[in-house]
Amino acid sequence: MKADVVIIGGGVIGASIARELSRYSLNVILIEKEDDVAMGTSKGNSGIIHAGYNADFRTLKGRLNIKSNPRFDKLCQDLKVRFKRIGSLVVGFTQKDFRKLKELKENGEKNGIKNLEIIRGPKLFELEPNLNLQAKYALYAPSAGIISPYKFTIALADNAVINGVKVLLETEAKNIRIKEKQVCGVVTNRGLVETRLIINAAGLYADEIAKTAGDSFKINPLKGEYQLFDKQWGSLVNHILFPIPTKLSKGILVAPTVHGNLLIGPNSCRVKEKDDLSTSKAGIKEVHTGTRKLIPHLPHQDLISSFAGLRADIEGRDDFVIEASKKIRGFINVAGIESPGLSSAPAIAEMVCSILKEVVKEISPQLELNHKDDFIKILPEQPKFADYLDKKGEWQEIVEKDADYGEIICRCEKVSKGEVLGAIYQPVPARSLDAIKRRTRAGMGRCQGGFCSPRVLKILSEELKISPLRINKKGPGSEVLKTKTKDMIKETGVKFKNEARV
Amino acid sequence: MKLEYDLVIIGGGPAGLAVALEAKRNAVKDVLLLERDKYLGGILPQCIHNGFGLQYFKEELTGPEYAERFISKLNDNQIDVKTETMVIEITPDKRIIAINRDDGLLYIQAKAVVLAMGCRERTREAIAIPGNRPAGIFTAGTAQRYINIEGYMPGREVVVLGSGDIGMIMARRMTLEGAKVKAVLEIMPFSTGLIRNKVQCLDDFNIPLKFNHTITRIEGGKRVEKVAVAQVDKNLQAIPETEEEISCDTILLSVGLIPENELTGEAGIKLDQVTRGPIVNENRETELEGIFACGNVLHVHDLADFVTEEGEIVGRAVGEYLKRNRKFRSQSIKIVPGDNIAYVVPQHIDFIVPGRKKIKIFMRVKKPVERIRINLLDDKGRVLGSCKKRIVTPGEIVSVYLAEVLLDNKLKNIIISIKRD
Repeated sequence: MKADVVIIGGGVIGASIARELSRYSLNVILIEKEDDVAMGTSKGNSGIIHAGYNADFRTLKGRLNIKSNPRFDKLCQDLKVRFKRIGSLVVGFTQKDFRKLKELKENGEKNGIKNLEIIRGPKLFELEPNLNLQAKYALYAPSAGIISPYKFTIALADNAVINGVKVLLETEAKNIRIKEKQVCGVVTNRGLVETRLIINAAGLYADEIAKTAGDSFKINPLKGEYQLFDKQWGSLVNHILFPIPTKLSKGILVAPTVHGNLLIGPNSCRVKEKDDLSTSKAGIKEVHTGTRKLIPHLPHQDLISSFAGLRADIEGRDDFVIEASKKIRGFINVAGIESPGLSSAPAIAEMVCSILKEVVKEISPQLELNHKDDFIKILPEQPKFADYLDKKGEWQEIVEKDADYGEIICRCEKVSKGEVLGAIYQPVPARSLDAIKRRTRAGMGRCQGGFCSPRVLKILSEELKISPLRINKKGPGSEVLKTKTKDMIKETGVKFKNEARV
Repeated sequence: MKLEYDLVIIGGGPAGLAVALEAKRNAVKDVLLLERDKYLGGILPQCIHNGFGLQYFKEELTGPEYAERFISKLNDNQIDVKTETMVIEITPDKRIIAINRDDGLLYIQAKAVVLAMGCRERTREAIAIPGNRPAGIFTAGTAQRYINIEGYMPGREVVVLGSGDIGMIMARRMTLEGAKVKAVLEIMPFSTGLIRNKVQCLDDFNIPLKFNHTITRIEGGKRVEKVAVAQVDKNLQAIPETEEEISCDTILLSVGLIPENELTGEAGIKLDQVTRGPIVNENRETELEGIFACGNVLHVHDLADFVTEEGEIVGRAVGEYLKRNRKFRSQSIKIVPGDNIAYVVPQHIDFIVPGRKKIKIFMRVKKPVERIRINLLDDKGRVLGSCKKRIVTPGEIVSVYLAEVLLDNKLKNIIISIKRD
């Protein structure tokens, strides 16, 4: 297999770059080791588009965040991804906090954010009626927003595929092939992909990929645990609430999600393994304690999910690494993309694109980087029943055209069979229960798939024309079912000696 | 199709089926039964074990047989049924919005509505077990559906958390199918299910039941590999020194049921914080007149037989309601749970009914107690109903009859009290 460019990693960064490169007449392949895109850091994070007052303007973090933030409205409209610019409040309690808020405001203003405001007194509680009564000040940033990070990533990848990018799932980069200090291919578990240009967007594993190409930096996983509450609690807060940030992180936040749930977290904890997504009692407790400082009363009885995500923290550096390798030609590192990585993704993709243009001039001057005339920037609308509850007449028309939209598969999130089929046949297709869940929300609700998972499993089995025994939760090895009934007892040969009272 | 009915029942499980037939017996004309699944019976068709019907039919049936006794009578009684139809909204003026493949959205006007949506299982998330999130974690009911309806085994080496009835029944079912059930863990010092299920499902198959134990961590990458298990102290907190690991590929959760009242709440009907079902009077009528609730949507029952019994109360009540043949008390009587009573159903008594001699009051205790007497008292401590029990546990509903003749017009509250006998 051959490609002009290979992107390693299907997170929000790889997908953003893929979409950006799909504007050009280039043969681009994105490889992802998991069974879906958005399976690493892009799946487990706060889903915040930051206003951009935290980082210094002289850093990439500061600059790229500021540059990206205003673009999300249009981009999300084009990609049919929900984005809500609800604004954020950094909450302070003491004089010392107040000084810190002033610092943040000044930094934000230096960065070019105009509408920052320090709020105090009753107005604070008008904005947030459930806020801790001890709170005295808050830095209000109206331009902060919320997004579903995995839906955004999937939409970017879908859009890239529509524009000609090949996304190869379950394809892991094993080695970079180099000839005379020039990249010439990627060795994967599925064979060699010949290419002279590689973009390393491997997230947590970017150091390991870089190492095979001779670059050395180290990515340390930094775990954050979260909890998600039932939809009836999304309105407990109106904005994204942050505590005063520390050097390490922006702290444990409380925010509604774009789907109306309430999200709390993350804490911040160094871990050894890059696949350690376990939650812990101590971590959950830390998140609760942190949250209570902002919102004293949490609806614990309506907890629906706990999860963890890993930040790709690059050792010895407090900024993104976005640069062409100095050791070999044709290799670009996009690494250490921790917060505000999601918020910066559109500008990161553009920056990578201009670095790529420079590299191309040097190594493949014959390769012409021309904008395609037929770039499709808009994704088609995928009808979702939950969005039509206020316009049922329109949904009726959809059902009359296709009865699958009248069959409800997930009762909690009101997802129809038509939507599940849509996920199976979309450009980056869903092949597992979790992939269906991320695309449609089936299984995301209060019963956590108790009702819909047997139904979704059946649909996947029918559509993919494979045995239900091969349908998995999140890629090979996570199959849901073991055997047909009556087969296991034949294997084990268990006999019940004494007739039991059954 | 017809879009106006005297009675619309939401949910075709044992509660809805009983309501439909009993309403017909009480001269309710047009009845529509709405069911979201492909078949009627609710959870019964997947409950292929026996033990149903002992109370109601005085014979032992399996779940599907029990359901069939009712389903087979629907046709003769001219009850309209729509399966694979999901109700998405109920309005306070009794309009029901539902959706299915053939009709799309349906707007049905009812004179009376019965909520019979049943319950859902609590999940791993609801009890926040730390650890990984691999494949192989099922609620017991979902595992039951995979085995008994879909025909597939979801695990080989199983740990069951919670000694609720479904958990114990599934421990036996999976054992019979060749799986190895390594343990059933119960955080409380007693079983939360029926005693007969503990004997017939666990003891008879030598499946260890560990009281005061819980899962402290789930481990596994793609699939469950093992669980960490620990004993808990009096405050139900895990004791770290007692932690041990059990290797398994599957975890079944039987950690409680939650009445499925999202539609109810959205219709503005007030819910009881403990039962998580609507607050009802002795007719099982919610605070919105003409909207009734019964079965597990009202409170979680121990036996399908009791659900049927409650459905019949509602079937009769709907008849009375539609005949406008009811006389309200000058003042509603509130029934107040006393010490060690978790909840009571009905929560209040609203009607004067000529010829009624007694009203059956259902309750659940918080902690097990032995050799007691449950009394229903008025404000002055006068006994209005009483019942002696050798043992009561949170796993089994207790019922006490309230004597109608003792209810005077001025009575405001009835207090439930437990006394050592």
